[in-house]
Amino acid sequence: MQEIVMLDMIERYIRGEMLPEERVFFEEQRKNNPVVDQMVVEHTIFLNQMNKYGERKNFKSSLHDIHNELFEAGAIKEESGARIIKLWRKYKRVLAVAASIAGVTALGISGLISYLSPKADTKDLIYLGRKLSILEINQKSLNAKLNDFKTPKVPAEPAAKLGGTGFLIDVKGFLVTNAHVVNNSNSVKVQNNKGQEFNTKIVYIDLKSDLAFLKINDENYKPLSSLPYGISKTSGDLGEQIFTLGYPRDEIVYGEGYMSAITGFEGDTLACQIAVAANPGNSGGPVLDKNGDVIGVLSTRQIQAQGAVFAIKSKSIFKALDEIKSDSTIIKSDSTISDIKISPASSVKGLDRIQQIKKIQDYIFIVKSY
Amino acid sequence: MRTDSNEQDLLRGLAQNDKKSVETIYKQHYNMVQTLIVNNNGSIDDAKDIFQEALIVLYEKAKSGTFELNCLIKTYVYSVCRRLWLKRFHQLQKFTPEVENMEDVIPVEEELEVFEQRNKDFMLMEKAMQNLGEPCKSLLESYYLQKRSMMEIAGDFGYTNADNAKNQKYKCLMRLKKMFFEQYKK
Repeated sequence: MQEIVMLDMIERYIRGEMLPEERVFFEEQRKNNPVVDQMVVEHTIFLNQMNKYGERKNFKSSLHDIHNELFEAGAIKEESGARIIKLWRKYKRVLAVAASIAGVTALGISGLISYLSPKADTKDLIYLGRKLSILEINQKSLNAKLNDFKTPKVPAEPAAKLGGTGFLIDVKGFLVTNAHVVNNSNSVKVQNNKGQEFNTKIVYIDLKSDLAFLKINDENYKPLSSLPYGISKTSGDLGEQIFTLGYPRDEIVYGEGYMSAITGFEGDTLACQIAVAANPGNSGGPVLDKNGDVIGVLSTRQIQAQGAVFAIKSKSIFKALDEIKSDSTIIKSDSTISDIKISPASSVKGLDRIQQIKKIQDYIFIVKSY
Repeated sequence: MRTDSNEQDLLRGLAQNDKKSVETIYKQHYNMVQTLIVNNNGSIDDAKDIFQEALIVLYEKAKSGTFELNCLIKTYVYSVCRRLWLKRFHQLQKFTPEVENMEDVIPVEEELEVFEQRNKDFMLMEKAMQNLGEPCKSLLESYYLQKRSMMEIAGDFGYTNADNAKNQKYKCLMRLKKMFFEQYKK
């Protein structure tokens, strides 16, 4: 209580709100007691920083508003210069012819390749889904009982059979994970890094690309603010630094590596190979590039080889999403699906890795399949 | 070169975060900066980022009171943007591009050093605020940023009286200060 009064006095002193006698008395105290003096100095610095913070925050938000207003009013234009437009007009027809030739050629070649390429033998791959051991299951139900006292939400269900990782692609609660993590499951739950569990339904499973879309269906889920990462439409380059976040155990685990091949197992062009430590449970986790853009979804590991991990390229997410959106029965079951918007650019670009992870980790979930 | 009184008015308005003035400056110079960035391997989003950062530099300078601009706002904004853009390229460790000068340039290194420091402080406070969580964040923002009285705050946040709100504010403040100074003193 004493300290509250003290702080109150200091604030009034700094703001110059004290009566003259009070001020004299306080200055006397300040002179005689170095602790008081120290508190005043510290608080002045703090208030000063706080003010600057507030001012800049205000100014930033008015800049943001002004940009949008001016853009809508047409006073500023977001276009990439007149030069390009001129070139485009000039060469439109040539480009059209060239593009159609290229298209036909590409079709021919891809047909040939798919005809000639060997079929992948999936026996040599293991899925990185995580079997939850009996011990863990027991521990979990014990934990659940303990939690009964604390949280209103009772996880009194049978323990999960298989665990993986999933990440949000839309803050409304849409997640992507691997199809093999949730396939054949009766129900699916996701858990965030703070340990909260949410009921989830499976929106779509595509076994061919090994992707699954989930939606969090839980009143306790509060939409997070906008996604810190974007989903990249391009695949990364050979040798590019990448990192992963996933749940090989109940704690989020960071992994670092590089893109080691631009195709996946036995030449699978929808996947790529990365060199990173991955363990069961990492399945479905995002593979991010240095800007914090998702470039893939971690899926499998080659059994005989060390360090050969495969990831599904992120453009498959877009492809699968297009399929979902064109499927009227899915849309009918949940109309919010047609509003899924994937942001293409990360907002953590240029931050150091620790900051990036801090921002990203809340968007990565444990996927538990029952 | 003395700047004309019109520009001085704009700067005074800017320092007050007066909407009309900010809008005028924005309208006058945004397209120039966008062309600069886009012609030098940047995207439209980059242009927006860089331009807004430059306006923050100008705003904080105008606010400091000791500021006297001895060139056109246009030259100043252009120089800052150019420097910021080169710097960002350097950070991404890509090649350093040759940025051709379409406008006059003045040296702004010193200014940007100050800006960098302020950036750091700002991010520190932002992070501390975020880690603080609700309702502390809103409570402190209402009191220290929006300068609202404890009575009003007590009403809004559902405290039975101003003293309770004050108590809560004190606890929040201590936590925030601790988090902030742990990093700030480094």
